[in-house]
Amino acid sequence: MTLHHDTHPAPAPAPAPEGVAGPATAAPASSSAAPPDATAAARLSGGGLTLAYDRRVVAEGLDVAVPDGSFTVIVGPNACGKSTLLRALARILKPSAGAVVLDGRPIAGWPAKKLARTLGLLPQTSIAPEGISVADLVARGRYPHQGLLRQWSREDERVVTESMEATGVAELADRAVDELSGGQRQRVWIAMALAQQTPLLLLDEPTTYLDIAHQIEVLDLCARLHEEGRTVVAVLHDLNHASRYATHLIAMRDGRIVAEGEPGAVVTAELVEDVFGLPCQVIDCPETGTPLVVPAARRRAP
Amino acid sequence: MSLTKSPPSAVADPRPSGPPGAGLSARAAGLLAALLLLAAVVVLSLAVGAKPLSAGEAWRGLVDRDAASYTVVHQMRLPRTLLGLLAGAALGLAGAVMQALTRNPLADPGLLGINAGASAAVVSAISFLGIVSFTGFVWFAFAGAGAVAVLLYAVGGGRGATPARLALAGSALNAALYSYVSAVQLLDTASLDRMRFWTVGSLAAAESSTVWRVAPFVAVGLVLAFALARPLNAMAMGEDAARSLGARPERARIVAIVTVTLLCGAATAACGPIVFVGLMVPHFVKVLTGPDLRWLLPYSAVLAPVLMLGADVLGRVAVRPSELQVGIVMVVAGGPVFLYFVRRPQGIRPRARRTAGARAASGEVAAP
Repeated sequence: MTLHHDTHPAPAPAPAPEGVAGPATAAPASSSAAPPDATAAARLSGGGLTLAYDRRVVAEGLDVAVPDGSFTVIVGPNACGKSTLLRALARILKPSAGAVVLDGRPIAGWPAKKLARTLGLLPQTSIAPEGISVADLVARGRYPHQGLLRQWSREDERVVTESMEATGVAELADRAVDELSGGQRQRVWIAMALAQQTPLLLLDEPTTYLDIAHQIEVLDLCARLHEEGRTVVAVLHDLNHASRYATHLIAMRDGRIVAEGEPGAVVTAELVEDVFGLPCQVIDCPETGTPLVVPAARRRAP
Repeated sequence: MSLTKSPPSAVADPRPSGPPGAGLSARAAGLLAALLLLAAVVVLSLAVGAKPLSAGEAWRGLVDRDAASYTVVHQMRLPRTLLGLLAGAALGLAGAVMQALTRNPLADPGLLGINAGASAAVVSAISFLGIVSFTGFVWFAFAGAGAVAVLLYAVGGGRGATPARLALAGSALNAALYSYVSAVQLLDTASLDRMRFWTVGSLAAAESSTVWRVAPFVAVGLVLAFALARPLNAMAMGEDAARSLGARPERARIVAIVTVTLLCGAATAACGPIVFVGLMVPHFVKVLTGPDLRWLLPYSAVLAPVLMLGADVLGRVAVRPSELQVGIVMVVAGGPVFLYFVRRPQGIRPRARRTAGARAASGEVAAP
């Protein structure tokens, strides 16, 4: 089912139609990456970004573009700056140099609510208020669509119900979020982000702390949201997941982008060795044909 | 207790209005019930006192100029009741806003030093400047509350303030300011008597002029507090989540501090530093409404004056012919209730647990 984010006028003449099906209508894994020239016209991009927390510089002179209609996954070792980059793209973190540009305008100048109707971020750590029900939490995703004069409406009601159905949490609507399993809770948070109805959806490590079945469940959900026409950007830890689900992969190390493009072209033994310092073989995944990273076994001492 | 419960099957149904799964009608009915309770306590407050009146006499005293009870009601009980209403609503709201702002269930204008700041300023005014009128008090109270609020904001980390830092900074300021208040009272025995009643919190000295001077501040505070409900709701999920929803946490924090200053300054100036109501009422209300501030704030604004006036009425009859100050009654009578409340773990959210239990029992939901 589709969440009707096309009911909102695009904030600016977007270079690509919002509902672009892209080349990714088949299994996400087998689709090709966005064409190279998509980078130039990307709705969301950053140029010359210097990202820092207080004095600690995480990245310098970073150029990045999120191809429209892509499922972009950012990978890299711990502390390589991937979450920081995502936070900068969502304007949670202000770059100390450079600018993030959304629909041709620097993101810093966007009104807060208008930005929140265009770009949604699911942060790594969110707090569910004690005792809040699933439906109430998802309903909070409607914040940017409401105001003093525009309170709760039928439209809000409909979108919240649809978002819960899309993420399979509709039957949990009355449950308290505190008592759900990790996988259910993550789907509730994604439902909240969906209720924001943004054509761009950014997810910061959506699979962390989940067991393998729930990881796949959440990623399948993300892939479906992407197929429905959203541009999805996720930070992931697992290279194999990234290779399977991404249409566009960005590999980072030490605050730099080491490689980007279609996973099939990007994920090689050399790259993994280079980025993660891990000797490995890369084989074809028997399930999807996407690259599968098999770490080299430890050699027994002779 | 289960005001917000709605049948699971109703969730998918499109309902005309109200947050989904929230049971708008139940919450609205609860608010109406709370208003009725408030009306009952107001009648009690008009009727009970040194000269007891029946409800009918109290009503005639309120509306009929020629009634025998007119003077008693208008001169003594009406100002006192109105002041209780205003101060109660102000303190309840301030407490609820404070708890949401600091994401700390123990936050309370008393605990964070805002009331203490107002007290310190008023005590200084009484002792050093010889000011005795409310008109004098109120500006000092605001100045004191405002100064502490700004200090709290600065010490608590300014734009990067975290709930924990705010709470720590608040308790430190609170302790320091109360030491100061005690010291001034002990050194200045002449003013001690006057201050003694003020610093325990009392409605007894209420005059109608006081009521009209407090009202505008409380009204502005009320409007600001209700406008904060949604931004604070967003901030309850963490700074990043709030920002990505389009809320502006820095701005909301400043507005919240102004709101709390207005509400606490007005209430403290009028009837002394009354603690507890701002801490207890939002806690109790949360059980009824859940954490949604769009309901929690109005409920707090209605139920806090119920507690305040109830305690005041109790104070009038407890030690006849004398009276106990409302601040004392509130702590003595309310303390045990609050303790019971905190100690009872299932009191936190009975709705959720019961629903989950019921469904698990019917096998509707697989165990997580």
